[in-house]
Parts: sequence; C-alpha cells; structure tokens
Amino acid sequence: MIRFTLNGKPVSTDLPGDTPLLWAVRDGFALTGSKFGCGMGLCGACTMHVDGDPVRSCSTPLSDIAGKTVTTIETVGADRVGAAVQQAWQKLDVVQCGYCQSGQIMSATALLQSNPKPTDADIDAAMAGNVCRCATYVRIRAAIHEAARTLA
Amino acid sequence: MTTRHTRIENLSRRDFLKQGTGLTLGVLLPTVPAQLLAAGAGPGIAGSGPVAAASFAPNAFVRIGADDTVTVIAKHLEMGQGAHTGLATLVAEELDADWAHVVVEGAPADAARYNNLFWGKAQGTGGSTALANSFMQLRQAGAAARSMLVSAAAAEWGVPASEILVREGVVSHPKTQRQARFGALAEAATRQPVPESPTLKDPKDFRLIGRHAPRKDSLAKTTGQATFTQDIKLPGMLVAVVAHPPRFGATVKSVDDSAARKLPGVVDVVQIPTGVAVLAHDTWRAKKGRDALKIEWDNSAAWRGSSAAVVERYRELAATPGRPARQDGDVDAALGKAGRVFEAEFVFPYLAHAAMEPMNCVIRLDADGCEVWNGEQFQTPDQHALAALLGLKPEQVKLNMLFAGGSFGRRAAPNSDYLLEAGHIVKAIDGRAPVKLVWLREDDMRGGNYRPLYLHRLRAALDDAGRPLAWSQRIVGQSILTGTAFEPMMVKDGIDATSVEGAANLPYAVPNLQVELHTTNAEVKVPVQWWRSVGSTHTGFATEAFLDELATAAGTDPVDYRLNLLDAHPRHAAVLRLAADKAGWSAPLAGRDGMRRGRGVALHESFNTIVAQVAEVSVAADGTFKLDRVVCALDCGVAVNPDVIRAQMEGGIGFALAAALTGEITLDDGQVVQSNFHDYPVLRIDQMPAVEVHIVPSAEKPTGVGEPGVPPLAPALANALFAASGKRIRRLPIGDQLKA
Repeated sequence: MIRFTLNGKPVSTDLPGDTPLLWAVRDGFALTGSKFGCGMGLCGACTMHVDGDPVRSCSTPLSDIAGKTVTTIETVGADRVGAAVQQAWQKLDVVQCGYCQSGQIMSATALLQSNPKPTDADIDAAMAGNVCRCATYVRIRAAIHEAARTLA
Repeated sequence: MTTRHTRIENLSRRDFLKQGTGLTLGVLLPTVPAQLLAAGAGPGIAGSGPVAAASFAPNAFVRIGADDTVTVIAKHLEMGQGAHTGLATLVAEELDADWAHVVVEGAPADAARYNNLFWGKAQGTGGSTALANSFMQLRQAGAAARSMLVSAAAAEWGVPASEILVREGVVSHPKTQRQARFGALAEAATRQPVPESPTLKDPKDFRLIGRHAPRKDSLAKTTGQATFTQDIKLPGMLVAVVAHPPRFGATVKSVDDSAARKLPGVVDVVQIPTGVAVLAHDTWRAKKGRDALKIEWDNSAAWRGSSAAVVERYRELAATPGRPARQDGDVDAALGKAGRVFEAEFVFPYLAHAAMEPMNCVIRLDADGCEVWNGEQFQTPDQHALAALLGLKPEQVKLNMLFAGGSFGRRAAPNSDYLLEAGHIVKAIDGRAPVKLVWLREDDMRGGNYRPLYLHRLRAALDDAGRPLAWSQRIVGQSILTGTAFEPMMVKDGIDATSVEGAANLPYAVPNLQVELHTTNAEVKVPVQWWRSVGSTHTGFATEAFLDELATAAGTDPVDYRLNLLDAHPRHAAVLRLAADKAGWSAPLAGRDGMRRGRGVALHESFNTIVAQVAEVSVAADGTFKLDRVVCALDCGVAVNPDVIRAQMEGGIGFALAAALTGEITLDDGQVVQSNFHDYPVLRIDQMPAVEVHIVPSAEKPTGVGEPGVPPLAPALANALFAASGKRIRRLPIGDQLKA
C-alpha cells in the first residue's frame, strides 16, 4: 500500500511499486489531464509537480512517491501562478491539438514559481523537456512572459 | 477496476491531528466516464456536454437550446488545426450568435449528412479542406437558423420580419422595443418553415469572419478537461497492448504466453493478424504482459530491404525515363542543345508522423453493432473497413469523433490499420468487454504508414537571359494510394497525383518542362501514407532548392529570379513580394559575432494556398547553425480566422523544421531503427525561430491552412544556409551536413 497526497487529498493504492505515477494517476485515480507521450521522460506530456518540482510521471515509479505531495493539471489552477499561466495560455490561444499542453503548463508554472521573471533563455532551458508536435512554441514563450507580467 | 486497485482514504482523526491540516476530504471521482455517458446519446462527444432538452435543430449543423447555447456540430476532426473554431465561426457569423454562447461538438459518422463536399460521398478530414468545403454550407446553415428565429419573433410579436434585427444572440424589434434571446425563441422557431436558400451576409457586414474569434478548445485544453481517445474509460473496459512483428509483413510463428498470463491484472492474450495482444485491467499491466511474451516470428513473407539500398535502387531508376506526369515543349531536345546542363539529385527519407498522442482507439461490440471512440479522421473508409471485418453493415459502426492529439495525416489511414487491429482484438474476445487499444510510443514510431522515401533527379538548361529554358524532373518513390480504395480516383495512367503534386503544377514559366514518375510499390513494401502537406513535403523542396541553384547560376537575386517567371501567376507573385518586403529582403542582414548569416526564400502552393517564407540563419565556424527568424506570407483567400491562420503557419514552420533538421526513419534489414524521441528527435522550444505571418487581403473563396505552411520552410532554410555557407543541401534531413 503506497500512500501519498494527490491534489491536496491523501490517497493510497495497492498498485505495484514499479507502476509509473502517470499510469497510477490516469488508470488508477481516473485523472486523465496528464498525458502519455513517450514513456521515457523524453516529451514532458506527463509532467506533474511532486513536492513542488516538475517531474516526468511516466518514468517516476510509485514507490518513489510514498509520502509525497503530487499536483496535476486538474488542480494547478488553485495556485496563483498556475492560474495565471492557464489564463495567459487562453488569452494567447496557445493550444492546437492540446495533448502536450497539460505538461507544458505544469512546467511553465514550476518555472514561474521559482523564477518570476524568466528570460527567453530561462524559458528555453526550463521548457526544452516538453515537446509540442504542433510547435506552439512561439506562443508558449509569449504566454510565459504574459503570465510573468500579470503576476508582477 | 479503479476501485479494485485504489481507494480514496479519509484521514483518521489521529492522522488529521498529526498533520494539522485539511479537513474537507472530497472524493476523487472519475469525471470522464460521467461526461461520456451523459453525451453518449448525442452525436459525437468532442468537448461537448449533454444535449439540452428543449432545443431547436433546424439542420444537421446547428442546435440552439433554451439556455441560449448554440451548439455547432462539426463534421471535421479537431486535431489542432482549429477546425472546430473555424466551422463554428461560419455558423455564428450568419446566425449573429453570441460567440461566448457557442459550443462545438463532433459529428457522428453519417456520410449522408456530414460528407466532405470535396470528396463526394465520403466523410473525413484532410487535404486542408475543412474550412474550404464548409464555407458556404455552414454559412447557409447559420443563416437558415437565423431566418427561422426571426420568423418566430415576427409571428410572436406581430411585426414584419424585415424590421427585426439580430445581434450577438439577441433578436430585437427596435420600433416596439421588444427583444428576446435565442433561447427564448428556440421552441417557437422549430415550428417555422426551413428556408430553402437563406440570404447570406454581404462580406462587409462580417462581424466574426476576418476578426478574432477565440479558439473554442482553449479552456478545455488548458485545464486537463479535454477528452482525447487516451482518456476514455468504459465500464469493464480492458486495455490492449500488442506485440508487433519486427518487420513489415512478418507473422507469428509461435507464442508462449504462459508468463504473461500469470501476471496480475492480465486478463487474456489473443493472437491477431498483426501480432499478439495482451489484455489487462490497466495500461501498465498490459504493457508488462506484452513484455513477458515469448514470440517466434515468421519472416518468410517479410520485406527485408534497407533505406540505403532503396536509395541506390531509386538512383538507378532515376537514370531511366518514367511515366510522364507533365510534358510541355520538348525537354530532351532543349537539354540536348544546351551548352550547359545543371543537374541535381535530392533525397528524402521516410518520416513518421509522431503525433503526441500515439495511435489508439476504444471499441465496443454488442448485439446492435460496434461503437468506436477515436480521434476519428476518416469516417467513411473506417466504417466500411470495420463493418467488413465484423460482419456488420457500415451504419452499424458508430464512430465517436474525439479530439485528436495531433495527426498530421496519420489518423486518416487508407488501410484503417489501428482501427482494424482493435477490431480484431475485440472480435477475438467475442466482444465480452470493451477494448482500448494503446500503442506505446515505440509501437507508433515503428507502426509504418510513413511519408515515403523519395529521390528526385532534376536537370535544367538556361536561356541567354539566364531563365530556365528546359526543366526535367524525375521523381522516384512509393505511391501512397496504389493498392488502396483511393487508387481508382487518384491514380491515373500510373500516376499517383499525390506523388507529383507541387512539381507537375510548377508555376514558373518554363517553355520545355517535363515531370516523370517511377512508382516503386512492386518492389518496396514499407507501408506509406500521407504526411502533413503530402507530395509537397518533397516536391516543394526539390523545386525550390533547385530553382535557387539556377538563380545563383544566372547571377540573379533569388526573389527577382522567381518574380520574372511568375507573370501568369499574379497571386504567387504578390505573396512572394509581401514576404520579401516584410523580411527586408533588399537590406543586408545584421551581423552577428563569429557567425555567417544568410537569408533564403521559397514559394510553394499546396491545397490551393500560396505560401512564401524567408528564412534567416546564423552559421557558426564549426557548421552548427540556428534558424533565427522566418517571415511568412500567404494567400488563402478570405481569412476566416486570422489568428488560427497565423497559428497554423507558426506550427507548420516548426513541424517542417523538425523534419528538415533531424527527421528520418531508417530501415535496416527490414527493421525500423528508430523507436522514440531520443532517436527520432522532434523540435524543441530552443530550436524554434521567431515567426512573423502576413496574410494577403483577399475576397477569394477560402482555402486551407493546416498543411500549406509546411512545404516552403525546408527549402527556404536550405537556401539560407547556402547564402551563409556556400554549401548546397540536397538531402534531408540536414543533420551534420554543414559540419563536413
């Protein structure tokens, strides 16, 4: 039995410890906002926050999560920074297919939580692990700056 | 399922006191199935809620509820290209709806009502046709609904319909100061006659078309609430992960599934024509079950070629005449007389689509037929293919069109490959549970249906003024459509139109022009398919890179060189001029320390949309380079949603750049070498250039924008790299060629 906090609520699961956090959250807890893209931590579609840090949940085993706090796209908007990021994304119509955008928003929120005024280089460094096959990158960059402005 | 493996736990009082925080402990409920079941009775479910009880549905495309909600039923798949927003814009414009009250849902599979008007009786999305084929149809649908709302108000208020105004979802009669929202009139409107040919707006009165109508899918896609196929979970559903053969055409010789069957969570293992499927209660355990299979493959019918050998063979074929796709003048005579013949060979690799959502679908069989949940792009072919497999009538195959997490052409598979695989699996278990087929990234990358490998051989001669006098282009590669249901329509006299598009319609004035094709399907057995912008993915590069070589040989500026050949194509010329002007083509590029800088241009028409791009690069001494900026101009007729158009150009540029830089699927002894994003790199944010998009104002009928942003990028980049480094790129991807 592995216990952790998911979106502010204590949960437990008897899924095996090698189950990736992503599949536990999606198939076990039926929160499907975090996406499967590669299974190897290469694309970032599965990004969640674990104790505040962005992690690739597709390659993070449940056994590493015991006792930790996990936040997903479903509740990141409860955070002031997360909400600002979502609103900037909406204002600039960043999304195309949208499949990667939960992960993009989780990475962008983590960036702005630690660095309220990122440069383009900071954005490139923090966001390079998140692939968008629709290549919405021009707008991702602009939306992060926009969110930083609204938070300032 | 869920409850078997996980439980929501309230903290005990002791734990609560220990942690000293959090009292309200809600229950995490699976929201997706609830939505799904609520909407399951209505058409499609892409992003939609339940159907309102009292509603006015004057035609197949619009429904107005008593709550004022205007639901637009989109016959085209939303895969990122903005189709849902664009189609809704057309309806809302003529309806004079309040954009904030417009929602969109995906249409069911029903070719009688929802066919693509450019495709005859078939329903589907592709070829950048969604907006173009719907332009008049959906405006008429909106106008008809508006007319009926007006009639209802006129009857209710006893006033002439001609005195009634409609604006942003409100119907009003200024003289009597009466007004009503759409919802209040919906029920009465159902009793009005449907007008046969409703009056459409004069374009000068457009309030949404040509302006900014925010995307309809932004909210759902930024909050994790958008429903993709991957997110569907039906009661009792099993997840299937399949072991596929390592080579195309190989089959299962023997399978030992004893270890897989012993794994907890694994429910069944079934053999299907495309491999061995493991069914489990969840995805991870299905994958572990798949990994535990011991399979011996029979390679006797497998194709065992390699990319390198294919290129060698294509080079031999390119030395011989092919089937003519276009013949103007006498190319052989002109080349024979020429003092100097310019010649170049271009090579293009296989490419995977690599959409972010790997291929998947959910299928359920019951006594009435079969129901599918899918990012459904190709309703009519898929319906027929599944019906044939399952012994059903096509109309017994119900297709729910969900958001697709990208497609780039992949989900419109002429062979319905992944849907049929799911069909075989659910058939093998006699339909006793719904099945979600999940391809992991490796399955998707190695699943075939690639953009074909092509080789082009070009030869040209110039006249005394340096203009092309003769142009010969030989294209060698697999036909996408030969052997599919599309062959009778699209392959004429051995020429697959999609193999030569973008070359056979070269817009430049060349008196002696010949395009020939060698189709290699008889000897190369790699499954191939269209990939965003189809033939223009390779013809756009070969023509625009070669023309640049001719401009250099003629000693003429590349923009002027093209303009001099475009007298018969003023729209092309206008697009090219706009891109060049906005890029500051005639002014020198600003220097950058230690970098050689260069600009390149390319112009290409695809799907009736003309796009020019100017690329600016910086090349370092060691041959590494960066695409800094792209200035893009286009003519797509009426710009219905200018911001969506800009987004599609930005995205098309990034998508094309990934392929130009590193995109390559390689086959070695019949096996696909690449498997995931580490060896098939896709574009990342630090590689994305600044992009500027300029739209030519136009009153012509709108044409597509999903694909046409792709073709000019790679040749513009290659031409810029030449300007900076003096090295010509004739093989994609560019990779390390500048470092050599």
